[in-house]
Amino acid sequence: MDEKKTLLEVKDLKVSFFTPAGEVKAVNGISYTLGYNEVMGIVGESGSGKSVEAYSIIGLLQSPGKVVGGTIEFEGENLLEYDEEKMRQFRGNKVSMIFQNPMTCLNPVYTIGNQLVEALLCHDKGYTKEQARKRAIEMLELVGINNAEKRIDQYPHEFSGGMRQRAMIAMALICEPKLLIADEPTTALDVTIQAQILELMKALQKKENTSIIFITHNLGVVAEICDRVSVMYAGHIVEQGPVNDIFYNPQHPYTKGLLASTPRLDEEGKERLIPIEGTPIDLLNPPQGCNFGPRCRDCMKICLREKPPFAEVGEGHISACWLHFRDQAGKEDRT
Amino acid sequence: MNEEKKVLLEITNLRKYFAVKGNIFRRRRYVQAVEDVSFSIYKGETLGLVGESGCGKTTLGRTIIRLYEPTSGRIVYDGTPIYDSEQKIAADMLPYRRKMQIIFQDPSASLDPRMTVGEIVGEALDIHKLCPGKAERRERINELLDEVGLNTEHANRFPHEFSGGQQQRVGIARALAVEPEFIVCDEPISALDVSIQSQVVNMLEDLQAEKRLTYLFIAHDISVVRHISNRIGVMYLGQMVELGESYELCSHPIHPYTQTLLSAVPLPDPVKSRARQRILLEGDIPSPLDPPSGCRFHTRCPYATARCSAEQPRLKEYGPGHFAACHLLEKG
Repeated sequence: MDEKKTLLEVKDLKVSFFTPAGEVKAVNGISYTLGYNEVMGIVGESGSGKSVEAYSIIGLLQSPGKVVGGTIEFEGENLLEYDEEKMRQFRGNKVSMIFQNPMTCLNPVYTIGNQLVEALLCHDKGYTKEQARKRAIEMLELVGINNAEKRIDQYPHEFSGGMRQRAMIAMALICEPKLLIADEPTTALDVTIQAQILELMKALQKKENTSIIFITHNLGVVAEICDRVSVMYAGHIVEQGPVNDIFYNPQHPYTKGLLASTPRLDEEGKERLIPIEGTPIDLLNPPQGCNFGPRCRDCMKICLREKPPFAEVGEGHISACWLHFRDQAGKEDRT
Repeated sequence: MNEEKKVLLEITNLRKYFAVKGNIFRRRRYVQAVEDVSFSIYKGETLGLVGESGCGKTTLGRTIIRLYEPTSGRIVYDGTPIYDSEQKIAADMLPYRRKMQIIFQDPSASLDPRMTVGEIVGEALDIHKLCPGKAERRERINELLDEVGLNTEHANRFPHEFSGGQQQRVGIARALAVEPEFIVCDEPISALDVSIQSQVVNMLEDLQAEKRLTYLFIAHDISVVRHISNRIGVMYLGQMVELGESYELCSHPIHPYTQTLLSAVPLPDPVKSRARQRILLEGDIPSPLDPPSGCRFHTRCPYATARCSAEQPRLKEYGPGHFAACHLLEKG
């Protein structure tokens, strides 16, 4: 990828939680790049490390969590070297985040307007109070809140769930960040509201040219909004590629398993679901080899011994599985 | 289903209101959680109930087995009325609890943290005096745990030692302990991880085939409901707006609400999901404290007419076994 086009580059990021029971390697060496105006989906189950990874970008990782290795470069600067003051200016201005549950992220004793204006004034964009208020009303209108002039003076509890998430998005975008991290933004919402929010995010992304990291466990949501997808399992990225490749040509057994085990509204007949057997691994005692090995249908001896490296299986499409190397070895033998 | 359909449960005009406390400035008001719902569940089928949060699907499920006392209406189980507000029938539920069981949404909240798994499953056996002998009881518990894919050694462990998927299995074993005929599955997989969901869905299907169970399967995820159900009922603000055979209902929905609901479901298929046209609803669900007049959906319905706000539509049959409540359908 062209150097100029890269907004964010994560290299071999490692995040651990130091618990009384031992070190939990929540994120164990993940790398990816995100271009300008690109939407990257991060899919994984609970405990796969997808949120932890996002929190470390924005510097919100809480003790006992700690980044123990790797770099996060944003427009060429390593974020891990930022001090708290620099990070404060960075957050909101360049990167902002929306969370799963908007009610816990909005301050219940301030009006929506107060919180939007505060975001602007904090970042010293040269707005007067009146200008900031005007801009806040514009933002609320942009995210589809009717009657914004009146709504701005209401408190979060006077908003419905979908409205709160809209207000959160307005707040996140008010300083025109280059990167928006969305951590399960639609999981707590009903499907019809989820559809509204997804349409809104798609429209805003086009209009404001914001890059988005979209974290979710819902494959349907990923298919709809993302350009590229990283599939995470137990702290590792197991497969990464363009959205069409991930859905139509999945290579890693875990990705294949996820797709086969999800019932689809558009399937023809009633087929039995093919589940992924077993349970996710205990991160306190990870297996020696491939983390997915114990649940994998195609597990080989080497899978239990060594961690698999990435294989390039298509253009910009990588998958970490020993199966790809078995094929290659086979071909080499033949020629 | 080839065999003749036998009605197991018949629900007529069921209502469940919850009182909201008033004060000197405010009259006591009622949340109309379930408002005038009538339908039947056939023996051996899975009836799915879908709807958004607050539509009353969970309340309906719980009211049917009388975990909530109905406000009015009639419930007939296998030919015997267990509740009838007009004839003032309210049967003693203990014998019926052996026939009707429930699996709850949040497995960690529905298992007593101080009881071992063996005690949790065994409690049901004790209440109904199913296993008088100690050895017999232990054997039965082991058998039940085995049925849901747990080990016999799990019987001595506490719920917190299990993962979410395993806890849900314990919940299922508890429901199966009394050999019920009918199980209300109230969002049994919503709290589970994607890869575990399919394990539990398959298990529920296997158990149904083996024990000829009847399910009322409540969930908000329509893809899952369509997969597991024979028929689906769609609820909106306490009322049933459409009811039909599951594939027919999902491929040819006739009620405007069902149509929007289905078009809102994200498809795990990038080309299809980006190509399709979505019907987007304006606004949010109105409060069930103060439901709209006439058709409850008319405030958000893109096709609403004057009649919709004045008159309540009734559930009518528009295709074989395909019911809907909408004025627009009546004309043609």
